[in-house]
Amino acid sequence: MALLNLEIDGKPTQIEAGRTVMDAAKQLGIKIPHFCYHRKLSIAANCRMCLVQVEKAPKPLPACATPVTEGMKVHTHSPLAVEAQKAVMEFLLINHPLDCPICDQGGECELQDISVGYGGGASRYQEAKRVVSNKDLGPLISTDMTRCILCTRCVRYGQEIAGIMELGVGGRGEHSEILAFMDLTVDSEVSGNAIDLCPVGALTSKPFRFAARSWELTRFPSVSPHDGLGTQIEVQVKMPNDVVRVLPRKNDDINECWLSDRDRFSYQALHSADRLLHPQVKRDGQWTQVTWAEALQCVVDGLEKVRHDSGGEGIGALLSPHQTLEELYLAQKLLRELGCHNIDHRTRQVDFSLDALQQGTPWLGMAIAHWSDLRAVLVIGSVLRQEQPLLAVRLRRAARSGAQVHRVAARNEDWAMPVAATLLGKPSEWPALLGEILSAVAQQTGIPLPEDLLPLTTTTPSPEALACASNLLTAQGKSAVVLGQLAQQHPDYATLYRLAQVLGEVTGASFGQLALAANTVGAALAGALPQRGAFHTHAQTGLDAQAQWRQPRQAYVVMGLEPSLDCADPTLALKALRQAETVVALSAFKGDAEQWATIMLPIAPFTESAGTFVSMEGRVQSFNGVVSPQGEARPAWKIWRVLGNLLDCPGFAQETLEEVRTEISPDLPLVCREALSNQLSQAPVLKVRASLGTVERVGELPGYHADPLVRRAPALQETALAGDIRVILHPAQAASLGLREGQSVRVRQGEGSVVLPVTLDETLAEGCAVVPIAHPLCASLGEAMGMVVLEGA
Amino acid sequence: MTGVILEGLDRDRTWSLEHYLQRGGYEALRKILTMPMTPEQVVDEVKKSVLRGRGGAGFPTGLKWTFMPKNYVGDKYVVCNSDEGEPGTFKDRDILRYNPHALIEGMIIAGYAMGATRGYNYIHGEIWEVYQRCEEAIDQARAAGFLGQNILGSKFSFDLFNHHGYGAYICGEETALLESLEGKKGQPRYKPPFPATYGLYGKPTTINNTETFACVPWIIRNGGEAFLQLGKPNNGGTKIFSVSGHVTRPGNYEVPLGTPFSTLLEMAGGMRGGRKIKAVIPGGSSMPVLPGDLMMQLDMDYDSISKAGSMLGSGAVIVMDETTCMVRALERLSLFYHEESCGQCTPCREGTGWLYRIIHRIEHGQGRQDDLDLLHSLSNNIQGRTICALGDAAAMPVRSFVTHFRDEFEYHVTHRRCQVGAVSDSQEKAA
Repeated sequence: MALLNLEIDGKPTQIEAGRTVMDAAKQLGIKIPHFCYHRKLSIAANCRMCLVQVEKAPKPLPACATPVTEGMKVHTHSPLAVEAQKAVMEFLLINHPLDCPICDQGGECELQDISVGYGGGASRYQEAKRVVSNKDLGPLISTDMTRCILCTRCVRYGQEIAGIMELGVGGRGEHSEILAFMDLTVDSEVSGNAIDLCPVGALTSKPFRFAARSWELTRFPSVSPHDGLGTQIEVQVKMPNDVVRVLPRKNDDINECWLSDRDRFSYQALHSADRLLHPQVKRDGQWTQVTWAEALQCVVDGLEKVRHDSGGEGIGALLSPHQTLEELYLAQKLLRELGCHNIDHRTRQVDFSLDALQQGTPWLGMAIAHWSDLRAVLVIGSVLRQEQPLLAVRLRRAARSGAQVHRVAARNEDWAMPVAATLLGKPSEWPALLGEILSAVAQQTGIPLPEDLLPLTTTTPSPEALACASNLLTAQGKSAVVLGQLAQQHPDYATLYRLAQVLGEVTGASFGQLALAANTVGAALAGALPQRGAFHTHAQTGLDAQAQWRQPRQAYVVMGLEPSLDCADPTLALKALRQAETVVALSAFKGDAEQWATIMLPIAPFTESAGTFVSMEGRVQSFNGVVSPQGEARPAWKIWRVLGNLLDCPGFAQETLEEVRTEISPDLPLVCREALSNQLSQAPVLKVRASLGTVERVGELPGYHADPLVRRAPALQETALAGDIRVILHPAQAASLGLREGQSVRVRQGEGSVVLPVTLDETLAEGCAVVPIAHPLCASLGEAMGMVVLEGA
Repeated sequence: MTGVILEGLDRDRTWSLEHYLQRGGYEALRKILTMPMTPEQVVDEVKKSVLRGRGGAGFPTGLKWTFMPKNYVGDKYVVCNSDEGEPGTFKDRDILRYNPHALIEGMIIAGYAMGATRGYNYIHGEIWEVYQRCEEAIDQARAAGFLGQNILGSKFSFDLFNHHGYGAYICGEETALLESLEGKKGQPRYKPPFPATYGLYGKPTTINNTETFACVPWIIRNGGEAFLQLGKPNNGGTKIFSVSGHVTRPGNYEVPLGTPFSTLLEMAGGMRGGRKIKAVIPGGSSMPVLPGDLMMQLDMDYDSISKAGSMLGSGAVIVMDETTCMVRALERLSLFYHEESCGQCTPCREGTGWLYRIIHRIEHGQGRQDDLDLLHSLSNNIQGRTICALGDAAAMPVRSFVTHFRDEFEYHVTHRRCQVGAVSDSQEKAA
């Protein structure tokens, strides 16, 4: 693209044609005051604060919307420009309350900051000020609409980034006001960004409201403990020890300037009354608070007894992928020293047939930043907006600029973006749907498919499969095939994996899988796996997460998990735990651990302990604790280290976390990069099965019930999204049960059952029902993708 | 005198197709399709006529038509701005009411000239019966083969639709009109891009005023040169002036551009009650006001009025006699712009209300000594600082009223009552 020459405030610069004066000024480091302009949003040019003088133009022009031209001369601080800017500031302030001391935005308000430079000492406006009624936008966003300067950032954000126009401008002229559509609340999973975007105190954080002044806060960089994107957050602490707010750190390669609401508001759980604050031991059926020394001795005694009775194999270990790399590394190191190889972090997975074939650590297969450039993508089995809210934001932008989005799914879920095609089927049909796409690719390229896939191919692929195939092929490498949460929990995961991988190979698309937790990739790298140790060191093969329940152990170690919510089959898990002699729960929260543990050890959540997460693109990010641990909670890595010493295991003399990190590798980013691979040593045996009859469960993971932290964040739990726990049925299916929308249905799975309200969705594939997982109501049910029986309740 | 649009409309049912055909209607369309004239020739003819936009800006129509991309693949649109909302202007509704086919024919010809396949006629929200009549006219034209596929057996296809607005003044701004036509909130778009490159639904679009389109058939029938001859150089043709205010016979008068104002005033029966003329807004309420004696020396054409410091605008001539309180007149105008600002740009959203409140308090005897300077300062801060011209439209009357009639405003401030003895609405109500 041709570069144009221009001069701003006497400084020459060059910039591509089509860019604006604002862009050029930024490039030169010249600050032009603005409100409506935001680099991630479309240009509105309505606040008029960025008016600048352009030579030869008859009037001042808005820098944000004026395209550069060759030879342009711009003055951003000439008398004409400053006069125009001051005039706009005067207009903005006439109806804006001048009560910064009682405004929650005070101290971090763009209007306040800019008015210092451009506002007058006294107002020429003597009339009464406009008052605008506040709106109830839900539990996350608080409003003070009289402060609104109508920059429309929040409106454009909804339309362009979140994908749903939940806010708009109603009224006209002076009567204009920001309104929620139909007086509803703002329910987007990324709604909180509107708070950051609001340049004034009109939209503020409801949970944070009046909790602190911005200048009282100490800010610490950290990493989101939720979705494995590696979102960079800033944890704000009101000294000495209160985490009161989480804001984004800007990084265009990861989260840009956004946070999901989960990232933003889950900090509230840190103050939960359910925090486990003291070590406790169950003696004679009674829970007793004990000292750390006593508690650890109990652990040692329990584990030693198992080793004596049945060897290390008598221990089972389920470690949450939300824990840090260091914690997981030390845990598996100690357990392996004790002779226990029954270690796993994939507690929701059911098909482990790839374990022996996996060449490296599975990952996204590409850089997150490249998602913005995708021209075609196939997402298999994902509730993307809840699973990966910010990846969905990126994909939305790509889709809006023409990328073709395809899905293999049980229903046409609203992703608030253009979707080119959805291949609909109940879960057992997904392999066949992928087979159709592969058949279409073979037809279009003439390249034969590997022999083992032939049973799944067809001569007559559906129009959707044909479209998906041709779009993946024409995207010329700017394409991706990814497996989501539902695919990874699928009973035929290995088959889906193989098919998706071949599809990637034959179309040139990148292949990978979405992370299910903050440190999914890190957990695999750390060796929290039954088939290998840290960084692929060889290890004796132990029992996977399911086998550990099916073949009950004498003792269990459970770290960071709530088995009744985080396991594929909670009933099975609880049964195994209850028969065990010793169950050590390392957890930041009590939950229902009293029901199944024998020892509870309080561990520090991510804000109270340092650690490292490896994101799904393989980015290694270490962070420090920002407050001291509550109660007697301790960083889990220290607990493992002390246990190592108490159990007389060698290699547990690390004094600092850095030493642990260095022990794992002196160059973590490098070894992580080298360890990532989605390759298999050989093709797995494909499972081709007809429908299993009855009704297949589609166990979607609700975003606000996905991990122990978010489950305890009160504001998030009050949202419409969190409360949206229901069974989705096809209208025909519902009719056959005599059920209408909103009525209750009983879902039976195995020995458990639950009664939930029904939502109808005519796009839902025949023969299945969406029944969420990870919610207390559904804890008595079995596997996410198992068979269920529906009854009118 | 030869009229272009209102000629022959003093009879019954002039809006019918039958009547229009008797008056030579659709001959121009037949001419371009059968002669045939190339689109370029049509544009050249319009250029030759020096027809200038009748909506207010006076931009040369032929030149505007050349801005449409020629080899564009996809739909192009012509849009008629019949959203006549400017206070004082009431010409377009009469064209639609009594001569709708002139507009229809003009739009078809424009569509042909610019390679557009569809036209929309956006009609002001408060004239429902006019909209119904336009619907009838389009049905008649379609039934007669003037609209639709292969018009008059040619390869040219064009269809036209009326759209009934909701009466917002801002929708008369062409890009706000497009937004409204797309079903969105009517508020102006930032330009560039201009509608010729990014218009309705993002497609190349040309928007002209009703009167502008209605001139086109005459131009094609009689030649651009003949149209130019009707007026004066650089001001081709006739213009309909909506004369209102303190005249004996208010109404629409179509006269050649360049006609002296005094002649126009005479046609309207002179000043009502023989009173003395005080002031005239020559081009609709958003144009600067001029003192009456200055107006009496001016000709009614774009250049003369512009030289005198106002604009011909939409041709709405608001005549005020010596009994008019200029403060009260301005108060009413300011209220209008305060109510009609779309609220998008800060200076207009906040400034129009502020202006109104100041003028309101001056009118009500609560003005302050520095209010007149404040009005000037605020007007300067609004004008030229907004996306569309509504900010200018609100500011220009204020500045011109205060400039030309400053003594009257000062009298209000100092004496806390009116110089000419007029009473304000609220005072009337109180009494």
